[in-house]
Amino acid sequence: MINKKSSFSLVVVLVISLSFFLTVGVSAQSDKFRIALVMPSTVNDMAWSQSMYDSLLAIQEEMGEEDLEIAYSENKYVISEANTAIRDYANRGFDLVIAHGSQYGAELVNIAPDFPGTSFAWGSTARTFSDQGIDNIFAYEPHAGQGGYVNGVIAARLSESDIMGFIGPIESGDAKKYMLGFKQGVKAKSPDAKVKVTWTGSYSDVAAAAKTAKSHIQAGADVLTGTSQMVTGAVGEAKKKDVMWFGYDVDQSPLAPNTVVSSVVVDFSGPVRQMIDLIKEGTLGEKIFPATLENGGIRMALNEKALGDEYEEVKSLAEDTVERIVDGEIEISLED
Amino acid sequence: MIGTIIASIGNSALQYAAPYLYAAIGETIGQRSGLLNLGVEGIMLMGGYIAFFIVTATESLLLALAGAVVMGMVFGLITAFLNVTLKAEQGISGIGIYIFGLGLSTFLFGITIGDVRTIDGFPDLVIPGISSIPILGDILTQNALVYAAFLLAPLAWYFLNKTPFGLKIQAVGQRPRAADSLGVNVNRVRYITATIGGILASIAGASLSIGVLNVFQQNLTSGMGFIAVALVYFGGWQVYQVVLGCLLFSAIDGLKSWLQVAGVGIPSEFTLMLPYVVILIVLATMARKRVYSPDALTEPFDRGEG
Repeated sequence: MINKKSSFSLVVVLVISLSFFLTVGVSAQSDKFRIALVMPSTVNDMAWSQSMYDSLLAIQEEMGEEDLEIAYSENKYVISEANTAIRDYANRGFDLVIAHGSQYGAELVNIAPDFPGTSFAWGSTARTFSDQGIDNIFAYEPHAGQGGYVNGVIAARLSESDIMGFIGPIESGDAKKYMLGFKQGVKAKSPDAKVKVTWTGSYSDVAAAAKTAKSHIQAGADVLTGTSQMVTGAVGEAKKKDVMWFGYDVDQSPLAPNTVVSSVVVDFSGPVRQMIDLIKEGTLGEKIFPATLENGGIRMALNEKALGDEYEEVKSLAEDTVERIVDGEIEISLED
Repeated sequence: MIGTIIASIGNSALQYAAPYLYAAIGETIGQRSGLLNLGVEGIMLMGGYIAFFIVTATESLLLALAGAVVMGMVFGLITAFLNVTLKAEQGISGIGIYIFGLGLSTFLFGITIGDVRTIDGFPDLVIPGISSIPILGDILTQNALVYAAFLLAPLAWYFLNKTPFGLKIQAVGQRPRAADSLGVNVNRVRYITATIGGILASIAGASLSIGVLNVFQQNLTSGMGFIAVALVYFGGWQVYQVVLGCLLFSAIDGLKSWLQVAGVGIPSEFTLMLPYVVILIVLATMARKRVYSPDALTEPFDRGEG
């Protein structure tokens, strides 16, 4: 027979037990770090978006899927759509929402204050908006010029015509920095070489990149390089005409193993790892993370297959150039 | 130097005119029967995807082309079903087809291929006696799909203007009720033109992914399908004028790249808008002239039975 007192005790025990299990469930969920990535193209674009996605996968491999959840939204080139996705992830309680595009900055200024417990990150930029009193935005910025410089030195060493073509999307941000570094690298090695700079006006127009590559080749270029996801068209054209391609963002050699000589790989895993640690300690923003040759945020991927007999010599040249940049002996100017 | 520039722009103009030619000629045939298909872009993407996928799986370019034809037929029939049988608003259904093609091609590419890569597409043909001629040889060194696109132009003109079925198409696009009273099955004609348009749009996409660019990725066409539709208006629904429009647009596009490569000092923002400025000028000039347009364009046909 259970009296009133006993039944009350039973209810209390049940409630306490249930709340214990619920707490365990919640704490297990809260232990799992959750990152959301909003990007302008796709995770397999062989360029900007893929560089961040690959970096997150590398971190997830270290931490384990049980400790790190990754969610992503692709093709958010329309900023209003990106806004919705960023807000949605923040609403769903993600610990870190990465707005992977400098075009998303104006949206973040409005979104971040609405979610003071969520950390946001955006790049490529050196602005965290802390000057506006916002304390939950991190910034990351690849020093694209460094990688461009190393590629330029290698390109100048390998070019026979001393004519090279750069194909960029829009004259700003990483594309411009990479171009400036590439030109300076070429000039350092071959002062008389020419680098012809072209802009297609689009990040995604593959045909425009291919057409421009064709024009460069017909004008005598035997080395091509460029940035953004459209460059796959240019790589295709380089492959057809058997001229060398120098990549940026990810190792682009799988695109055309005999054509892509060297790639600048942007690795965001270091900055994101640091962000995770800071967030766990309670710091949600106000810090800028440069990705450089010094901190491993930028590294070179040489393609032995495309380089053949010249691989060892080019490798040594690249390593020497990287060392001189890291030592501060070479400084890359952001002026043309 | 001048010779190199002419050869470069000429070669680029012919090569990049090919996808526009396939798509715009198919669209011209459809519009002459009264069907507007704004979904060309989506069908191009599906054709480009399937052809690329088949090449990666089998390395057979001809099988890839056949796959694009089948894909085009399927999408052409879907377009016809929506616009002819269901009498959908053609502008809206076309946008639907475009978004469907964009999404489906991206999805299928992701699950069947996954990573962006290049392939060996249709090689350039070396024509004995012509390929070795300076400048002209450079301009005419093209792959089989480019040659086929230019061969298609006179065939399409002959088909539309000199065959009984071509005349039926024109009648259906101009006066569908009169055509019907003379025993022409209006809806059947429109089903056929929609299917032809679908096949040609799909081949247009394939000509990009396995002929011109030899690569496929999300939204590969970047608006080329919509430009093809605009070129039909530009050409006043006449095949040879549409062909000229494709060539003009493509040539100015080639010139645009060259102006930057040559470093003539014109800001890139200006060179990038050049093709569109020229198109606007030509359209404004043409607006003064009398242009033939199919009277029943976008109007679904209803026999009024029952």
